Amino acid sequence: MEQTRTVVEMRNITKRFPGIVANDNVSFKLSKGEIHALLGENGAGKSTLMNILFGLYQPEEGEIFVNGQEVAIDGPNKAISLGIGMVHQHFKLVHPFTVTENIILGSEPKKWMGLSVDKKLAYEKIGKLSKQYGLNIDPYAKIDDISVGMQQRVEILKTLYRGADILIFDEPTAVLTPQEISELLVIMRNLVQQGKSIILITHKLKEIMAIADTVTIVRRGKVIDSLPTAGTNPNQLAEKMVGREVSLKLDKKDAVLGEPVLEVDRLVVKGRSGLNALNETSFVLKRGEILGIAGVEGNGQSELIEALTGLRSVTSGSIKLGDEIISGQTPRKISEAGLSLIPEDRHKHGLVLDFPIRENMVLETYYQPQFNKNGFLDFGAIEKHAERLVKEFDVRTPSIMTDARALSGGNQQKAIIAREVDKNPEVLIAAQPTRGLDVGAIEFIHKRLVEQRNMGKAVLLVSYELDEIMQLSDRIAVIYEGRIVGEVKPSETNDQQLGLMMTDYKQPQGGPDNIE
Amino acid sequence: MNKFLKIITKESAIVPFIAIVLGLIVGAIIMLIGGYDPILAYRSLLNKVFGNPYDFGETLTAITPLVFTGLSVAFAFRTGLFNIGAEGQYIMGMTGATFVGVNLHMPWYLHAPFAIIVGTLIGGIWGMIAGYLKAARGVNEVITTIMLNWIALHLANYTVNHFLLEPGKGRSYMIDPSAQVTIGWLSRLLDDARVHWGMFFALLCVVFFYVYLFRTKQGYELRVVGSNSDAAQYAGINVNKSIVKAMFISGAFAGMAGVFQVLGVFMNQAIAASPTGHGFDGIAVALLGGNNPVGVLFGAVLFGTLSYGAAGMSFGADVPPEIIRIVIGSVIFFVAAPGIIRWLMKRLSAKKRKGEVV
Repeated sequence: MEQTRTVVEMRNITKRFPGIVANDNVSFKLSKGEIHALLGENGAGKSTLMNILFGLYQPEEGEIFVNGQEVAIDGPNKAISLGIGMVHQHFKLVHPFTVTENIILGSEPKKWMGLSVDKKLAYEKIGKLSKQYGLNIDPYAKIDDISVGMQQRVEILKTLYRGADILIFDEPTAVLTPQEISELLVIMRNLVQQGKSIILITHKLKEIMAIADTVTIVRRGKVIDSLPTAGTNPNQLAEKMVGREVSLKLDKKDAVLGEPVLEVDRLVVKGRSGLNALNETSFVLKRGEILGIAGVEGNGQSELIEALTGLRSVTSGSIKLGDEIISGQTPRKISEAGLSLIPEDRHKHGLVLDFPIRENMVLETYYQPQFNKNGFLDFGAIEKHAERLVKEFDVRTPSIMTDARALSGGNQQKAIIAREVDKNPEVLIAAQPTRGLDVGAIEFIHKRLVEQRNMGKAVLLVSYELDEIMQLSDRIAVIYEGRIVGEVKPSETNDQQLGLMMTDYKQPQGGPDNIE
Repeated sequence: MNKFLKIITKESAIVPFIAIVLGLIVGAIIMLIGGYDPILAYRSLLNKVFGNPYDFGETLTAITPLVFTGLSVAFAFRTGLFNIGAEGQYIMGMTGATFVGVNLHMPWYLHAPFAIIVGTLIGGIWGMIAGYLKAARGVNEVITTIMLNWIALHLANYTVNHFLLEPGKGRSYMIDPSAQVTIGWLSRLLDDARVHWGMFFALLCVVFFYVYLFRTKQGYELRVVGSNSDAAQYAGINVNKSIVKAMFISGAFAGMAGVFQVLGVFMNQAIAASPTGHGFDGIAVALLGGNNPVGVLFGAVLFGTLSYGAAGMSFGADVPPEIIRIVIGSVIFFVAAPGIIRWLMKRLSAKKRKGEVV
């Protein structure tokens, strides 16, 4: 039967990196016409395995068979010639070029004895391919002008143009909006119907349940199980992936509210464009609660965080932390007054990636007397401090001398949270604290945030993910165009209502053209 | 000892070493093409450097300013700044030292130290101007430092012309003997080579570079700013202040190079038609040394030795000394393109393994 023909088989693959075994005797089988999900936490070894299949790494042991033939894949070119294509998580596109120019780059149709590129033929070919697979791409569009979802389709088309029959998708939905995700799922179904086979690398259970036929679970470099999705459920998969029972639902007791600790009063802040990003934003945060700021990205959340932490100047209005007015203070003063931030972009703002964990753990406290002896850093004390935090917060790192860059996203985030929570702040701002993390890490981080709240601290959660807001918050404030347009309790609302508030609260009909 | 072995067998140490060998080979090939004898040429190069005490001393003198300017560029680089202005800071440091050495008169225990301090500070301030412009106005330091090089050159010439000129000579008056920093006994030992205290200062600066940058609170701040200025800002570090500070220190290193050239070698300042090149050589030295203070020291030793020994090549083997520039150029090329060397190393080790199997 055509359906069960094996197109790729990887047998007993072992790949070691200094310090870890990324793949330990892993076997993997892909049948023709199936969508096979590869599920695992960050750093479990799923990307390594696929990079081996795509020729980016060489395995130390094991064999690879493509269509029944044993092959040695010594580079991406070999992989492509075998009909394997990879859609990378971070797109590899030349932005000022058109869609077609990007796709043909490296294998251009030639004319005039190879002296010139036959662009006309190329545009035609791309247009035809796009239609055939229902990708709906304009071959003449510039990459700069198309959405992220479209760019991903260009990547897909690139692999198809090179004759791929086996497509590897590396975390394809990480960058997409919910709308784009459902479109992508349709495209993937379309592809398998036309005889392609797909490997989907992901840690999102929802997607696997929605689209995959088979799922292989990888944990710490080993294959745990391989089973048809039809006979399983998200809880079971999560358990296999993490290796213990995980609650996808968060247990938390009722909030015990204390006195107000952060008071934001009619705050006006200018954004990057010079226009007001915050328009008289006001809210109060009490001890012992998690206040979720819900909203579509770009409605003043970043500016709010920057204003609170002292990175952006305040035009008018005030911010009060305890009894202290902190608006207009320096970031350091505000930090010392008891405000901690888990920043939105952990690579850009949260860590110095080229520094070891040791030095990242004191990024905000290095100057204090316990680490600073007459202008010299006390590395003994710093190391002790880092060792303690790494242990307490279960940051998985070979040592505290390892560069932050070498850690997985989840462990990087744990390191940041360790540092911020250890400052024992009155107010903890968590901006997108679980973006791009896997189930295990998300659970850990959510627990820590609730723990802070239970200890009587105040947590301000800024997130673009409604699920997270709904699950964690004791109270939700919706921000729209720099204004808090409503406050609700999670128990008294639902996604639809919040969605309405987040998009066009006052004028459900026309587009508000912001005439302020 | 084990630690030392580890350090020298680390890739960061092997790559420059291979680069040097490859650079010498490239130079040899070019000499062969030109019909010269490369072995004789290299032998006379070494002979020139180590052949007699005088030349050995002079080689040390040639190395010293390169250590300073190399440290200058490396320090800025470590803090995320590209200081192309070591040349200008060098000239300004020199001018400051000359001014003090010629126009002020003090006892020796005040005069020399004062000249050193003034020259170093002026070099630092010259670097600081670029730092300030970057911090306050966002002007790229590459552009400002290049322009400041030319301003420094002409400002120095103007100063020498109007305040320091010895009539009839294209240079300043000689500095007072009280401002000189030569080491008499060592000079005599080395057949009157112009050795001076600057080389010990250079070694001190190597130590200072390391301790300050990697052991102190301020150094930590500068490194954070250099590696990720956004994170520095979030952590409450004053990024602008750090930039100005880093450029001051970088400029001070380069300034010291100029100071010791005047107080220890030339004893006067000539009116220069063009930059001396020591500042630009500092960029190459920093690159050779991987922006590491000890690496810079080795880089300067190599660079200085080859440059000084080049004269011996033309004398002993009739090879034009410019050939040595090609050698230096290729060494830097190979250091800057470590991929070539890694590829070569891989090929060699693969062959070795294959050979074992067969």
